[in-house]
Amino acid sequence: MSKNMMSTNKMSKSRTSVSRRGFLRNAVKGSAAAAAAACTTVVAAPPEANALVRPPKPLPPDAVGLLYDSTLCIGCKACVTACKEVNHMPPDVGPAQQGWNAGGGDKPIYDSPVELSAKTLNVIKAYSHGTGATKDAAENGFAFIKRQCLHCADPSCVSVCPVSAMTKDAKTGIVNHDPSACIGCRYCVLSCPFGVPKYDYNDAFGEIKKCQLCKQQLAKNELPGCADVCPTGATLFGRTEDLKAEAKRRTALKVGEYAHFPRGDIAGKVGGQRSGHEKLVEAAYQTHIYGEKELGGTQCLAVSAVPFDKLNLPTNVPENGYPTLSEGIQHTLYAGMIAPATVFAGLAYLAHRNTKNHTDE
Amino acid sequence: MSSHAHEHQPLGGRVLTLPFLICAALVAVAGVILFQRYTQGLGAASNLNDGYPWGIWVAIDVVIGSAFGCAGYVIALLCYILNRGEYHPLVRPAVLASLFGYGLAGLAVLVDLGRYWNFYHMMLPWYAQPNSVMLEVGLCVATYTLVLVVEFAPAFLERFGIEGLRAKLNKVLWVFIALGVLLPTMHQSSLGTMMVIVGHKLSPLWQSQMLPVFFLLTAILMGFAIVVWESVMASLNFRRPMETPVLSKLAGLMLVVASLFVVLRFVDLIVRGQIGQIFGGPQSGWFVVEMVLMISGLALLIPKANRNRSRALFLSASLLLAAGILYRLNVYLIGFTPAVGPWHYFPSVKEIMVTVGVFALEIALYLLFVKKLPVMHAVHPEHG
Repeated sequence: MSKNMMSTNKMSKSRTSVSRRGFLRNAVKGSAAAAAAACTTVVAAPPEANALVRPPKPLPPDAVGLLYDSTLCIGCKACVTACKEVNHMPPDVGPAQQGWNAGGGDKPIYDSPVELSAKTLNVIKAYSHGTGATKDAAENGFAFIKRQCLHCADPSCVSVCPVSAMTKDAKTGIVNHDPSACIGCRYCVLSCPFGVPKYDYNDAFGEIKKCQLCKQQLAKNELPGCADVCPTGATLFGRTEDLKAEAKRRTALKVGEYAHFPRGDIAGKVGGQRSGHEKLVEAAYQTHIYGEKELGGTQCLAVSAVPFDKLNLPTNVPENGYPTLSEGIQHTLYAGMIAPATVFAGLAYLAHRNTKNHTDE
Repeated sequence: MSSHAHEHQPLGGRVLTLPFLICAALVAVAGVILFQRYTQGLGAASNLNDGYPWGIWVAIDVVIGSAFGCAGYVIALLCYILNRGEYHPLVRPAVLASLFGYGLAGLAVLVDLGRYWNFYHMMLPWYAQPNSVMLEVGLCVATYTLVLVVEFAPAFLERFGIEGLRAKLNKVLWVFIALGVLLPTMHQSSLGTMMVIVGHKLSPLWQSQMLPVFFLLTAILMGFAIVVWESVMASLNFRRPMETPVLSKLAGLMLVVASLFVVLRFVDLIVRGQIGQIFGGPQSGWFVVEMVLMISGLALLIPKANRNRSRALFLSASLLLAAGILYRLNVYLIGFTPAVGPWHYFPSVKEIMVTVGVFALEIALYLLFVKKLPVMHAVHPEHG
């Protein structure tokens, strides 16, 4: 082979490799631009037109829940004790009480939970500001808030659970947890917008715990523990639709008006008929009904005279549940597994063709 | 010409070297801590709590560890799907690194699961909850680990002279190669989708419907970077010639992917109207560090000459790896604020030692395998 020929050979070879590289580079640039354009459209699209958002789930028509009225709550914590009794939950002793509260043997004698935990499914917390003199005042006042599972219409915990341990009852809408199915991944704990499900980190065989609206009591036609013992009707049980109407009535009340406040079950069926009471409205209700619209609505609602963000409830949440976003992505990409199957077919074709070219493997 | 069996060679040499023994000691320390974790609960070994139910065992061992494991994914993609034969020498070490990355991510899940004895419920159809992104991730990762075992099997079969089975396996390997590209595409993007549901609890600097795209891009980027990083380290430590010509091509691809990531990140922030968060929003400092690492890593690759310098390549791969690590850490831990109440989380020393132990096990097994099995491409005398 002459020197001249060799160099031509080399040149033509390098030219083809350059053009192929050029082609590949353009292909990469082109697909990058297309991907960027597609991504921008997806993000910029309004929620209702966005393919990556699924429609929200409605509440079951006979969904049940609780209405908590912060202005009626006297902070007696009878509901906290009743919840523990009815659900067989152990006492929860804060670090500050450990010293004097050891009791006989291992068992503490005084239950003093300050926050929801794997031992406490329901807790009353207090807000105070300045002198703390006036009840239900944001300035120089105090107020109570009840914390428990809100039983969302479209719950994040149910959406994330990989093994169906967290489920939503089709009729009552109660969000149930089955520890025998649970793998303890704690994705429900991470995802709950209200910080409700809890795990016991100090137990080698810890369980996820949350309020299940005393489903065992309801099965016996008895009230959930908290609504059963509430002396003022601050915690009221009933169909969520009825409770929502009651909440609207209350938030429309004026200061100085006398109003009737029922107790137990708003319909007077579960747990038997109870007498309510007349009471003077002393503090102006906030118009915001907590749980009416938050994250697609919740079955447990709250009304208060103090803004809810002061009561440490998240108020920066959208009106659709977050599962509409994450399941939207998931259902778009994996609808009928068509896209993955198509991609697999393409990959398999290329891999089959190309492995033949390779001497090894 | 030499037969194919000699294309890959065990490196040979002593197994009980100092690095191996240090790794073994770290694994033993992790073992002692895990005994505590399994007898006394997660709280005895970790600072996990109900505000931060996921700590570094998820964020680092699984979410970042599996991105380290994307070496096999990107090299298989280049080599077998895009038919770029020149990447062939990188296949086996990459697949081995992936096998350990994913295998140990699976092991780390068992460390973190609160009710680990039920873990197999993930595989049983009657427990399946198809809306769960985690179910998809779990099934994909489990299947992919098996696929990696099959993809790596030729090295075993070659070593022990089981040629008949090896020939049979070679005929169907394309199925596993295709799965080995499909599955990481699915679950690496889903690792991003997993955090979409935490909503307002993740800072708007990171919370986006684009999370799956960003996680796929960082998986590919970290896959490339770990191949470069590992190749340079192997050349230095085992005194082998540098694989710079192949690596410089990978560098070009890293440049493309990293640039795409940066551009899309800013487009996403602008479109969502959150660009102002960069200046003084909560955790904005971490965003800046993430971007500085990413941009300096890619800027280093812009001059073509740098892509042929092993020092520059190594530095750039390190910066891009660090950027990918920080991005994932930002999404899973730093940018996350729990819903209600003041919660704090910083990993405990014990928790860190378990994570160190998982990575030490990975390194120890890698050292053992490359010395005893035909993983590395044989260095021919005319090259060396």
